Amino acid sequence: MLLIPCPYCGERPELEFRYGGQAHIARPENPAALSEEDWAGFLYMRDNEKGVHAERWRHVHGCARFFNVVRDTTTDRILGSYKAGETRPETLR
Amino acid sequence: MERFSGLSLLRHAFGGHQGWKPFWREPAPKAAYDAVIVGGGGHGIGAAYYLAKEHGLRNIAVLEKGWLGGGNTGRNTTIIRSNYLFPESAALYNHALKLWETLSETLNYNTMYSPRGVLMLAHTVHDVQVFRRHVHANRAAGVDNEWLDAAQCKAFCPPLNISDNIRYPVVGGALQRRGGTARHDAVVWGYARAADAMGVDIIQNCGVTGIRRNAAGAVEGVETERGFIATPKVGVSAAGNTSVVMAMAGLRMPLESYPLQALVSEPVKPDFPCVVMSNTVHAYISQSDKGEMVIGAGTDAYTSYTQRGAMHIASHTLDAICELFPAYRRLRMLRSWGGIVDTTPDRSPIIGKTPVPGLYVNCGWGTGGFKATPGSAHVFAHTIARDEPHPINAPFSLERFRTGRFIDEAAAAAVAH
Repeated sequence: MLLIPCPYCGERPELEFRYGGQAHIARPENPAALSEEDWAGFLYMRDNEKGVHAERWRHVHGCARFFNVVRDTTTDRILGSYKAGETRPETLR
Repeated sequence: MERFSGLSLLRHAFGGHQGWKPFWREPAPKAAYDAVIVGGGGHGIGAAYYLAKEHGLRNIAVLEKGWLGGGNTGRNTTIIRSNYLFPESAALYNHALKLWETLSETLNYNTMYSPRGVLMLAHTVHDVQVFRRHVHANRAAGVDNEWLDAAQCKAFCPPLNISDNIRYPVVGGALQRRGGTARHDAVVWGYARAADAMGVDIIQNCGVTGIRRNAAGAVEGVETERGFIATPKVGVSAAGNTSVVMAMAGLRMPLESYPLQALVSEPVKPDFPCVVMSNTVHAYISQSDKGEMVIGAGTDAYTSYTQRGAMHIASHTLDAICELFPAYRRLRMLRSWGGIVDTTPDRSPIIGKTPVPGLYVNCGWGTGGFKATPGSAHVFAHTIARDEPHPINAPFSLERFRTGRFIDEAAAAAVAH
């Protein structure tokens, strides 16, 4: 079980959280103008990174807020976390 | 290839079992092949076998970064069934099931296919409605599946607890009698031995590090840990690592890779006669011929390539097993492990061509690829050889994520997502 650093509540066990998939997938600015290809990319295509991965988590059984975690998917080691809406810090690349 | 039979076994016995030969050669990679399969699991090595056997492609190679069958082929719980909901899936999985029935004879290698019946338990009114719908849909599609009430479930599987004082009492179940198990290692070894005999080069410890394309974008060959190999056709059958391999050709995939766990108990006398699965309480179990109870747990919540899962996931499944089969509460678990499963948004596989000419992919089997091994390998070989999908895998294209023609089998998957 992971120990996840919520930026609001501190480190808590994974059971308190829900996974939210790859981070920083922005909703299209103008959905009506989007091609089928781009829709498929937005909705379904994922980096599925083998290595350092930025992902969303939600502290459902705590503050209930979304935030971002950077984790190495080859070791599950968490490198750090930051609030939703913030850009990924250079130190977590 | 030495033909195995009772007589050959006897002959080797008289020779003190000193005369057994390796099942396949260990060739060095050639400079060029007519086709290369990336991934030496059941699906990949099976595809090489069918390419050689049915399509006459003998100058081909299978590249495996580790050892044959050391990935998900050697890590699954060996369950075989075909009771999927939609006609496209029923056709695909039933194609596989029919091949399973004769696979040992075809390969002259005992895959230990045992159609002992797969019983999927219903615990709620919703389960009953969904499973009955499955039973009717399957029967309409020519796939055997029948509804059992709780007492009939107990008669079919005596260790099952059908009392009403458990958290989720068993109210019935859907039984596919042709479902069962097979020996996972034997499947990949059988295919490898037969493919090798037809000239297929099986190259282990040879990870692919790049896919080289020409000016037109078509595949020219693969960069490997043992040098460049030229080939006009590359079939990627890399399970959890598919996204990584496809990225070498510049493609993003609708895949996420999750760890899925399984565990086995200490071996005991034969006690468990079938396969039992429960999506609702999340447990599945069968007994291997060695006597171990083979238990499947769920996926972790997050994507990972670690090939291990979290303790609480396995523990959750064992809680369910102990309640459904109280007699097994004192069994000690011997081993647990994880495999990396590549899941698609609609929980159906992707088998077909890609936007890159000469690049083919067979992936997205998620938590249930073992059952489909022969069928998947067979249609993937067809797709590579003819450069067009077999009618059975045509609906399972990568294109469907653009067109929206999904085959939504989330409810039929063994593991709740």
